[in-house]
Amino acid sequence: MQSVAVKDKAKKKESRKLQNKVSLPVNILLHFIFGLFAFCCLAPLFLLIAVSLTPETVLLQDGYQFIPRELTLEAYKFLFETPELVINAYAVTIFVVVVGTVSCLLITTLYAYPLSRMDFPFHNFFAMFIVITMLFNGGLTATYIVNVRFLHLRNTIWALILPGLSSAFYIMIARTYFRNSIPLSVLESARIDGAGEFRILFKIVLPLSLPMLATIGLFATFGFWNDWFRSLLYVDKKELYALQYVMMRALLNLQYLQQNLSNMTSEEAMLMLSKMPTETLRMAMAVVSIGPIVLAYPFFQRYFISGLTVGAVKG
Amino acid sequence: MRKLYIRGIIPGKHTAIGKFFYYCYKYRALLLMLLPGFAVFFINCYLPMFGVIIAFKKIDFSLGILRSQWVGFQNFEFLFATTDAWRITRNTLLYNLTFIFCDVFFAVAMAVLMREIWQPLASKIYQTLIILPNFLSMVVVAYLVYGFLHPEYGFANYVLENLGMERVNWYNDPKYWPFLLPMVHWWKQLGYKSVVYLASVAGIDKELYEAAVIDGAGKWNQAWYITIPQLTSTMIIMFLLALGNIFRADFGLFYQVTMNSAMLYEVTDVIDTYVYRALTTMNNIGMSSAASFYQSVVGAITVIGANLIVRKIDRSQALF
Repeated sequence: MQSVAVKDKAKKKESRKLQNKVSLPVNILLHFIFGLFAFCCLAPLFLLIAVSLTPETVLLQDGYQFIPRELTLEAYKFLFETPELVINAYAVTIFVVVVGTVSCLLITTLYAYPLSRMDFPFHNFFAMFIVITMLFNGGLTATYIVNVRFLHLRNTIWALILPGLSSAFYIMIARTYFRNSIPLSVLESARIDGAGEFRILFKIVLPLSLPMLATIGLFATFGFWNDWFRSLLYVDKKELYALQYVMMRALLNLQYLQQNLSNMTSEEAMLMLSKMPTETLRMAMAVVSIGPIVLAYPFFQRYFISGLTVGAVKG
Repeated sequence: MRKLYIRGIIPGKHTAIGKFFYYCYKYRALLLMLLPGFAVFFINCYLPMFGVIIAFKKIDFSLGILRSQWVGFQNFEFLFATTDAWRITRNTLLYNLTFIFCDVFFAVAMAVLMREIWQPLASKIYQTLIILPNFLSMVVVAYLVYGFLHPEYGFANYVLENLGMERVNWYNDPKYWPFLLPMVHWWKQLGYKSVVYLASVAGIDKELYEAAVIDGAGKWNQAWYITIPQLTSTMIIMFLLALGNIFRADFGLFYQVTMNSAMLYEVTDVIDTYVYRALTTMNNIGMSSAASFYQSVVGAITVIGANLIVRKIDRSQALF
């Protein structure tokens, strides 16, 4: 009996070797390692959500807890009752994301398509032109002075968009994709049928490149949505603050949110101010700002991973 | 245009210059497509490169940049006369070296391990979860860190207290930050980087592994003699790009996550935060442009140097 079991085990081991799999204990260990890492990646987000659901009074006694004693929607209610706090920032951010992403996609594909054409004699020059920008740049001070003194972008919405439009990385991804995934014969037959370059790009190449467009579009969307640095540098008009920048101000300065409301001088506003759950409100704001990303994320993550695969770049 | 060629007004496509004009004409649609991108890159990247000359000038905006007075290396003398220059260089270099080497090591190790998980679905779920932090903004990361390190309500102090230890005033005590900052960096980036390498690992020819199994190679040997050599070119490119940015710190990490706390500057002030402060709060354009120039030029030298070394070893792996 025992010998059969031993034999069986040996057989199993042999077949696993042939299938080239790790042993069971190693597999469990791997699950443990990656499970722990995935847990660590999520835990801080749980803390953030938990704090935003804690009543302010409980929070002041217990501190930030993963499992609060009581739950309340107080902070969210306050946030929705006084939309002045974030509504404008939301509008600015959405405008920047939409306009920025669309123009970024347009510029990227328009630049990448000629680079992908091996018969285009200048493709090396134009490729070098952008690869250089991946390696060298003028630094923050020079960029700041160009944008503020030459282009007069200070306190305009374009200051939040224009600096985000030049990504050599996206162009290289798009070029590699065009080269590897669009069959030359398709381009040639279109040309024989008399299609011009623009028609070929927009009617044939781009519809065949949807996965790549989705990937770059998502990266660009996240880039614009998450940006606070351009607001920090170029904007000091309240109407142009982006969402992340408002959050940053609220984190660095507890009174910022109150100051933001104190423009309203009505009695109602004063009453609001006195009830403001400052600590939890900030956390609720952070949750609201990452909400769209985390909700959209599961649907799009396959594009991220496929995008990384096409992103094998070489200049 | 074609008629002009025939009449011989424009030299034929057999001379170099004639060829150039001929191609410009033939590919005019493609050149037109390149135009918007070319303009944006010129404005965003090349104009600032010329702008580095302000490091050698005493800027007076009433005169304009070109007419401002040249002062030679005076701005640099001011910069290097302060103790800040040494401090920001040291911090930037040490953090970035730690990040570059440990990132490659951990990310490749994780990619190699992740490939071995039996259940592909579980592996997909882990990938989804570990790259999530990469898509959060540094401001949100600062909120998360703050949730743990808040001096009164933070979770870290709660744990310390329950363990019978003393509370720590995290944002005022520099000694913890050389460990905290790399942890935050890895939390945010490691998952993403390992998934990038995993994508390269998935592209390796399966037959190599099959042949290795027939030859009796175990998992260690497969990883060491197949996976890692196959990843080398990706690793070298990532490494070169990272070296080019070795004087460029992640501004968000050092500014947001530390909440720009002046008590921590000794260990958290890097070139980028210094340039920003010199530019905005100290309003010292000379100092700021000198530090910025120093960063750009030394960064350019490191990347050219690293590329030369890679070229010496294996020409095909070099970037340029």
